Amino acid sequence: MRRIAALLCLLPVAAVAIAAAGGAAWVKLPGGNFRSALKYEDARQVKLAPFELQKRPVTNAEFLEFVKSHPQWRRDKVASVLAEGRYLSHWAGPETLGGDVLPEQPVVQVSWFAASAYCEAQGGRLPTWSEWEYAAAADETRRDARMDPIWRERILGWYSKPSNQALPRAGLQTPNAWGVQDLHGLVWEWTDDFSSLLVSGDNRTQGDADKFKFCGAGALSMDDRENYAVLMRVAMLSSLDADDTTANLGFRCARDVK
Amino acid sequence: MKHLIACLAIATLVAAAGCKKDATPEATATHAAATADSGGSLKGDFGPPQGKPIEAILTSPPHVPPPTGRDYPAKVIVELDVVEKEMEISEGVTYTFWTFGGTVPGSFIRVRQGDTVQFHLRNMPDSKMPHNIDLHGVTGPGGGAASSFTAPGHVTRFTFKALNAGLFVYHCATAPVGMHIANGMYGLILVEPPAGMPPVDKEYYVMQGDFYTSGKYREKGHQDFDMQKGIDENPTYVLFNGSEGALTGDKALTANTGENVRLYVGNGGPNLVSSFHVIGEIFDKVWFEGGTRFNENVQTTLIPAGGAAIMDFHLEVPGSYVLVDHSIFRAFNKGALAILKADGAERPDIYSGKEVDAMYIGDRAAPNLAAVSTAAKAQQSGDLTVEEQVEAGKALFAGTCSTCHQPSGEGMPGVFPPLAKSDYIAANPKRVPEVILHGMQGPVKVNGQDYNSIMPPMSQLTDDEVANISTYVLNTWGNPGGRVTKADAAEIRKVKPANASEGH
Repeated sequence: MRRIAALLCLLPVAAVAIAAAGGAAWVKLPGGNFRSALKYEDARQVKLAPFELQKRPVTNAEFLEFVKSHPQWRRDKVASVLAEGRYLSHWAGPETLGGDVLPEQPVVQVSWFAASAYCEAQGGRLPTWSEWEYAAAADETRRDARMDPIWRERILGWYSKPSNQALPRAGLQTPNAWGVQDLHGLVWEWTDDFSSLLVSGDNRTQGDADKFKFCGAGALSMDDRENYAVLMRVAMLSSLDADDTTANLGFRCARDVK
Repeated sequence: MKHLIACLAIATLVAAAGCKKDATPEATATHAAATADSGGSLKGDFGPPQGKPIEAILTSPPHVPPPTGRDYPAKVIVELDVVEKEMEISEGVTYTFWTFGGTVPGSFIRVRQGDTVQFHLRNMPDSKMPHNIDLHGVTGPGGGAASSFTAPGHVTRFTFKALNAGLFVYHCATAPVGMHIANGMYGLILVEPPAGMPPVDKEYYVMQGDFYTSGKYREKGHQDFDMQKGIDENPTYVLFNGSEGALTGDKALTANTGENVRLYVGNGGPNLVSSFHVIGEIFDKVWFEGGTRFNENVQTTLIPAGGAAIMDFHLEVPGSYVLVDHSIFRAFNKGALAILKADGAERPDIYSGKEVDAMYIGDRAAPNLAAVSTAAKAQQSGDLTVEEQVEAGKALFAGTCSTCHQPSGEGMPGVFPPLAKSDYIAANPKRVPEVILHGMQGPVKVNGQDYNSIMPPMSQLTDDEVANISTYVLNTWGNPGGRVTKADAAEIRKVKPANASEGH
């Protein structure tokens, strides 16, 4: 306990230092063929080009900086089609975090449009679901820990925690085997193609002919039924519209490797 | 026979025309329903809703909303909140439940056949998960699930006409369905037949569910959901109304003798089928599977996961009636136990005594515990004797300890140490309550023989019970005598010795 307290004292300094450098550090991932937990119609494996992913989710401090330099994304100025009424509503003011919102906490209550705009401003984009899933398949020591029941239990453990408490700061958890932090156990994260994750709202009809009423060629079904940890994240993302915001949904950016 | 069918046909015609009419005399309707086909959904559309829209009264378990009292189809508005919250699943054990309306099971919904139900599902902003609802009383793909997929902080709406009468389960059907149900997302909706249900004096709402926690049964502290146990269909708890003790003690269901009681009982699952039984009562009527027909004079009725049943019984004899899943280990070792307390004058002409109450009021199986209740009373009044303690302890020992240590106290050589003429006990009589409460592991020598096994702590026993068992052991089989009081047991409970075992 004392050790954690000490850690907490040190971290704000580090976090501010990173924030001052213009957002989280980038981690390079090699890509390649990846077996998704989702079932794709055309291929057994997903092919990923090398890409970079931010080490941890975007923080309040970083997003505040963005809002200041891009006032069209202030909560009082944003177009209502791009962000619903609760956009950044936990901040004290349009350009003020206030006492209850820590600069180092991951930013939440952000719409997909706002998240995309932020990433674009950093010269990046939101990661695709496949990129995100690939990066998040790792644990601290293995690049693909998904078959380990303990990996799943840890993730489910976060899902079962009450969601009404203050969020921890970003960047506190041990990096995974790729060097990326907080992919699990902190916030949900937007992906670029969240709206093509057509897991049916009714979990039991997957594989039904009804699915063709959707035009997306994306993920329609689960290939790995036991992998509830992944399934639940997909279910969460597929319940959202691009202007939606929630109290535990944030994001991080990706960018192509040139 | 022919006459009755004609009767029903006329009633249905009038109803189908959507006209207001005097309710069919109840006896005729019931009788007719018993002999003829009710027509199902094909005859369940009584036309467009009439009158002003009605806000449905929702009730938390174990309460049931009043009868709709209507004889015409209406538009009924149901607003149900999805709340993710931490609650006690057992004493000192918390669990994050996902709920419809803040309770497990969710709010009871009551409408009338032919009603048009406008359903609003509101997912609270601080929810972590998206949720939806599948009502088994809905005619249409998914039972509403696909139309009600609701992100945190959102509300969705869909409308259905309740074409079939009956008692129906509703539940969340968001991926992973098993986990959403295992976390408590189910409840009941009653679609009354056109003439309503026959009136009774008391109505209650009870729902069984199985729960899968990372820790063991009654392991204290916050417990996470255990997916593997769920997949293995190996529940830690099987409960009525979402927590151990939800319907016992002060929260027991109540009624008076001479009253007719109706239970609306559902089974949320996700896995187990319930053998629902009320100890000491016989169901006069069971609308099995929640459908239109009733059976009479039933002891135990089967309620499938995702199913329900309605049962009526008339109370004659006062006392405590215990609701159980008669797959009986679930009742006494996993929590599937509730109490209905009937007040009224004794009826020795029907039933002579009350031993049965004493036997089953406790929360675990035990032999005849008359001596135990005598001792408990004496303890309260402050004049408990060693003899009373020994008598009570003997009964408790037979239930809790004798399987291993044997009724003779001689144990099993090399496996379970003897308690009879034990030099280990004689050296320090305090060891008896200590080992009962904290268990024991590691090597120990008793009467010259080495033992090295594990005794789990019996910390589920009350201080009274520990005191009585200890006193019995100390005063039996040539042990040195002495006495352990309730206060001693309470003290010992607080201090965990070095050789305590890890528990069950």
